[in-house]
Amino acid sequence: MSFDPAAIRAEFPILQREVRGHPLHYLDNAATTQMPHAVLNAVHDHETKHRANVLRGVHTLAEESTEAYEQARGHVARFLSARSEEVIFTSGTTSAINLVAHSLGNTFAEGDEVIVSDLEHHSNIVPWQMLRDRKGIVLKFLPVTNEGRIDLDALDALLTARTRLVSLVHVSNVTGAELDVRAVAEKIHAVGAKLMLDGAQRMAHGPFDLPTMGADFYAFSGHKMYAPNGIGVLWARQEILEDLPPFQGGGEMILAVTREKTTFAAIPHRFEAGTPPIAQAVGLGAAVRWIESLDQSRAESHLKALTGRTLDGLATLDKGRGLIQMLGPSGTQARMPVVSFSVNGAHPHDICQMLDGFGVALRGGHHCAQILMDCFDLTGTTRASLAVYNTTEDVDALLTGLDQAISRLT
Amino acid sequence: MAGDIYEDRIMILSQDKTHAHRIEKPSASATVDNPLCGDRVTIDLRLENNRVVEASHHVRGCALCAASATALCANAKDEDIATLIATGDQTTAMLKDGGAGPKGKFEDFAAFGPVAGYKSRHSCVLLPFDALKKALGARGT
Repeated sequence: MSFDPAAIRAEFPILQREVRGHPLHYLDNAATTQMPHAVLNAVHDHETKHRANVLRGVHTLAEESTEAYEQARGHVARFLSARSEEVIFTSGTTSAINLVAHSLGNTFAEGDEVIVSDLEHHSNIVPWQMLRDRKGIVLKFLPVTNEGRIDLDALDALLTARTRLVSLVHVSNVTGAELDVRAVAEKIHAVGAKLMLDGAQRMAHGPFDLPTMGADFYAFSGHKMYAPNGIGVLWARQEILEDLPPFQGGGEMILAVTREKTTFAAIPHRFEAGTPPIAQAVGLGAAVRWIESLDQSRAESHLKALTGRTLDGLATLDKGRGLIQMLGPSGTQARMPVVSFSVNGAHPHDICQMLDGFGVALRGGHHCAQILMDCFDLTGTTRASLAVYNTTEDVDALLTGLDQAISRLT
Repeated sequence: MAGDIYEDRIMILSQDKTHAHRIEKPSASATVDNPLCGDRVTIDLRLENNRVVEASHHVRGCALCAASATALCANAKDEDIATLIATGDQTTAMLKDGGAGPKGKFEDFAAFGPVAGYKSRHSCVLLPFDALKKALGARGT
């Protein structure tokens, strides 16, 4: 295993292009990561040599396509230290959460409780609000700390015998704060509730042992972990999935259909109605293998160093003026490489627009976390989010451009 | 650098707070949100015989949105409603179809011409006009 940022960068063709006369400094990885040759080639190879619908086909291409699709499931399962049967392909994190909100949520009764937090992405709020409106459940919110972490001290007071599910973000897409899963899992299970995690921002940062972590459901997207758009995963414990009714009905998820009834397929196919995103799944399989090929320890050190450089650089730019307000943990511990900040007197979109002029791709706005923004009385933040292909040059381009943008806008 | 859309006139307009206040008991008022970015604009109008006596705005948004709201409210006095609507239409045409942009009293909007090249920012400039139309629509005009 090796870790050479320059060599890694060279594996991403899009990073070779220029934007507005400057090298591309892509710092919008929390929204979407770029794809390396290994993933692009896997998708291209599948589409040009093996493209066919999966399952039931007996011709060669159908068999090859099915094998590639199920191999991808196996690669994802290995990445999570999970069983293949526990890996359900979805179109992304949002559809995975909605699957749970329907399949599990439909078993809830009026007055049952679901707990989320003020740190959540809208994708982990809206489905539960819709369930509340459908089923009359009670939706509770854990507050956030000043550092942009979920306030776990408040959990005990919210958990009751009616709590059926706690659904929390594993790593915040705004603050980068990483949840201490083990600290909450035991308490949640003690009241008979289940724990679901939104892992969209965690998955790019290497394999981990999901079953021992304490979660019961885990949702993530391929496009935030070097894979194509349109593919995601819902993982859940096998014994939970076995008892869970399907969400959507259609082809691919049945054993037999008569006028009277349908017999559903076994897991995971029971939850994959319709033709799945096959090439995208193959791309996801290639992406997890590509991530596994990296030296995980050095990748983590690299990203911590870049995150620290970003935080220090912002503090230096501020010059003690109180102009730049950070939204997130002050250090690099228990956080992923996501840095959000606001600049007094300068709107995030104006900052992002001006930085685009330097080839720096950032994201500004509420980041689909309007409740969090309200907690901090902000309309939005500017966010820099890093991936393994980022370098000190990317961070320095951000800081140099931001210095000029602040001068112009404030 | 995308300095072409942050030229001096835009920055002066965005920082001009002369008309950034609420009108008590306006003849027409509306607030609109930009769902893409969460920006919010309120336009208040005091009207007499379909002419603007006073216009003000409250903007929670970017420099382009604030500048546009200022350009609208600072020049709206004594204008009739049809002129304001036409100014919005001309600004829209300038951004989306390469039109010349408003002239005369509202030629400040010509400063937004370079924004035409940044489609994701068109709505920032047009949000005050959306609030204006909503306010007038709610009034039944």
